[in-house]
Amino acid sequence: MRDELLLETIERYLAGSMNADERRAFEQLRMENAELDQRVIEHQQFVDILKHYGERVELESRLNAIHSEIDVHTLVEEATERPAWIVQLWRNHHSKISVAASIAIFAILGTLFVTGSLSTKSGYEEMVREVGKLRSDLSKGKYAKVTTPVRTPVTSDRYRGTGFAITSGGLIATNYHVIYRADSVYVQNYAGRAFKAKVVFTDANSDVAILKITDTAFRELGAIPYTFKKSESDLAENVFTYGYPQDSPVYGDGRITSQNGFDNDSVDYQISVPLNPGNSGGPLLDSRGNIIGIVKAKQAQMEGAHFASKSSYLLAALDSLAADSNSKKPALNSKNTLSGLSRPLQIKKLQNYVFLVKVYAKN
Amino acid sequence: MNKQIKTSAPTDSEIVFGILNNSESAIKRLYVAYFPMVLQLIVNNNGTADDAKDIYQEAIIVLYNKIKKGDFELNSKLKTFLYSVCRRLWLKRLSQMSRYGGDLKDFQEFVPVEEEVEDQHERNLQFGKMQSALGLLGEPCKTIIEDFYINNKSMQDICERFGYTNADNAKTQKYKCLQRLKKLFFQQK
Repeated sequence: MRDELLLETIERYLAGSMNADERRAFEQLRMENAELDQRVIEHQQFVDILKHYGERVELESRLNAIHSEIDVHTLVEEATERPAWIVQLWRNHHSKISVAASIAIFAILGTLFVTGSLSTKSGYEEMVREVGKLRSDLSKGKYAKVTTPVRTPVTSDRYRGTGFAITSGGLIATNYHVIYRADSVYVQNYAGRAFKAKVVFTDANSDVAILKITDTAFRELGAIPYTFKKSESDLAENVFTYGYPQDSPVYGDGRITSQNGFDNDSVDYQISVPLNPGNSGGPLLDSRGNIIGIVKAKQAQMEGAHFASKSSYLLAALDSLAADSNSKKPALNSKNTLSGLSRPLQIKKLQNYVFLVKVYAKN
Repeated sequence: MNKQIKTSAPTDSEIVFGILNNSESAIKRLYVAYFPMVLQLIVNNNGTADDAKDIYQEAIIVLYNKIKKGDFELNSKLKTFLYSVCRRLWLKRLSQMSRYGGDLKDFQEFVPVEEEVEDQHERNLQFGKMQSALGLLGEPCKTIIEDFYINNKSMQDICERFGYTNADNAKTQKYKCLQRLKKLFFQQK
C-alpha cells in the first residue's frame, strides 16, 4: 500500500500537479533519498517508453492510412527498371521463340539433308551423327545420293552407276546399291551400245553385285587387261578410277587414305579420289593396273573421304556365286597387261571393259 | 539506367515545420513525395513493394523522431536523408536475409546515417518488448494502461469506462497493472 501511494506521489510530481510547497518538499526528499530519486527516474523512463510506444503505434497507423491511398502497383510498374526491349521480348515470348527456332532448325536441317547439301560446315558432333546415319544407310543399302536419278528425259532409266568386266564372257561387277531397286538392268559400253544384263549375285553387306550380260548382241570381250588383287593394298598407295558419273567416262586418281572405311569398317578402303554420283560400282585400280576395289560411296560430310569395297570381297562374291549357281568358278584373268604402261595408255585399254550401268525401276 | 522519378516535392522547411506543428498533411505530403524513390530503390534491389513500405515507414519514423526531438539540422535534404536511411535499412535487411549480393543499385546520392539507424534499431527493440509486454498483460489492464499513459485519459474517465465504483479502486487496479507490466517488460531479454 505504501508503494502504491509512493507511485501516485511520483506521478503527481511528474505530471506537475503538485502545489509549490508540496513540490519543494518532494524535491528535498528526492535529494536526500537516493533510492527515491532512482524510483522517480526509472518511472519516468518507463512511462516515456510507454508514451513513445503509443506515439509510434499511432504514427504507424497514420502512415498505413497514407500508404493505402497510394497506387503502389502503378508505382512499381514505373519504378521497375525496364530491361532492353529485346530482353523483354525474350522474357515474354521465349517459349514461342524457342518453338519457332526449333522448327526452323529442323526445317533447315531437313531440307539440307534431303537435298544432300549438308556440307562440312556442320560441327563435329553433327558430322559423327550423320556418319552414323550414313553407316546405317549403308547396311540398309540406301544410296539415293550416289546413284542419282537421271535428269535427261530421253532415257527412262532411273539410276546410273558404273560396272566393270570380271570376265570376257560378260560378268560385270558393280555395287549392290546401284542395282538393288532394279526391274531391269542395261550396261552400255564405251562405244555407246547397250546390252541387257541380269543380276546374278548380290551381297548387301559388302555392297557387291555381279551382273551377267544376257543380251544376244553381246560379243565376247577381249582378254581382260587387269588382274584382281587378293591382298590388301598399302596405305597411301596411288590409286585411280574410271567411271560414268556422266555420259562420258571420267577419270580420277588419288591415294588410299585409310585401310578401313567409316566406323572402322574393314570392308572398305577410304580413298581420296574425287567421286561423283554415278561413279559407284566403278573399278579402283592401283598404278600397276590391279583391281583393288569397287568404288562405292561418296561421303557427303567429309571432304575428300570416299570409300571403295576391297577387291577381296569381290573375289569372295565370285566364290559364292560359283557355289550358289553350282557352276564352275569363272576363270579370272591372271595376266596383267596394264602394268608398266603410262596412265593414258592404261585408260585407253581400260575403257572397253568399264560400262555404264543403267537401272530401270518401277517408280 | 539511372532515371529519377519526378515528383512535385514540398520544400523541406515546410515539412519540418509541419511536423513540429503536428500537421497531418505535412506527413502525408512527405510520405507521398518520396515513396516512389524508395520503392524504386527496393524493387530494383531484390525487394518487393511490401518491403519498400516497411523500410520507408521506418525511415519516415526515424525522420519524424529526429524532427520532433528538435535536433534535425538541415545539413542534407530530407530526400537525401530518407534515401540514405532506407538504403542503410535495406542493406541490413538484405544481409539478414543473406540476399545481399554485395552490390546495391543506387538511384540517389546518400549520406552516412549509421547512427540514426542504430538508434532506431535500439528503439525498435524496446518497442517490440513493450508491445509483447502489453500483449501479455491482458484486459482490462492493457486498456487501462493505454488510456492513462498513452491516451492521457483522466482516472475519472477510466472509472466510468470500466465501471469502477470509486477512483481509489481504479487507482489500485492501475497500480497493479503497471507493476505487472513493468515485470513483464523487464523480464524479457
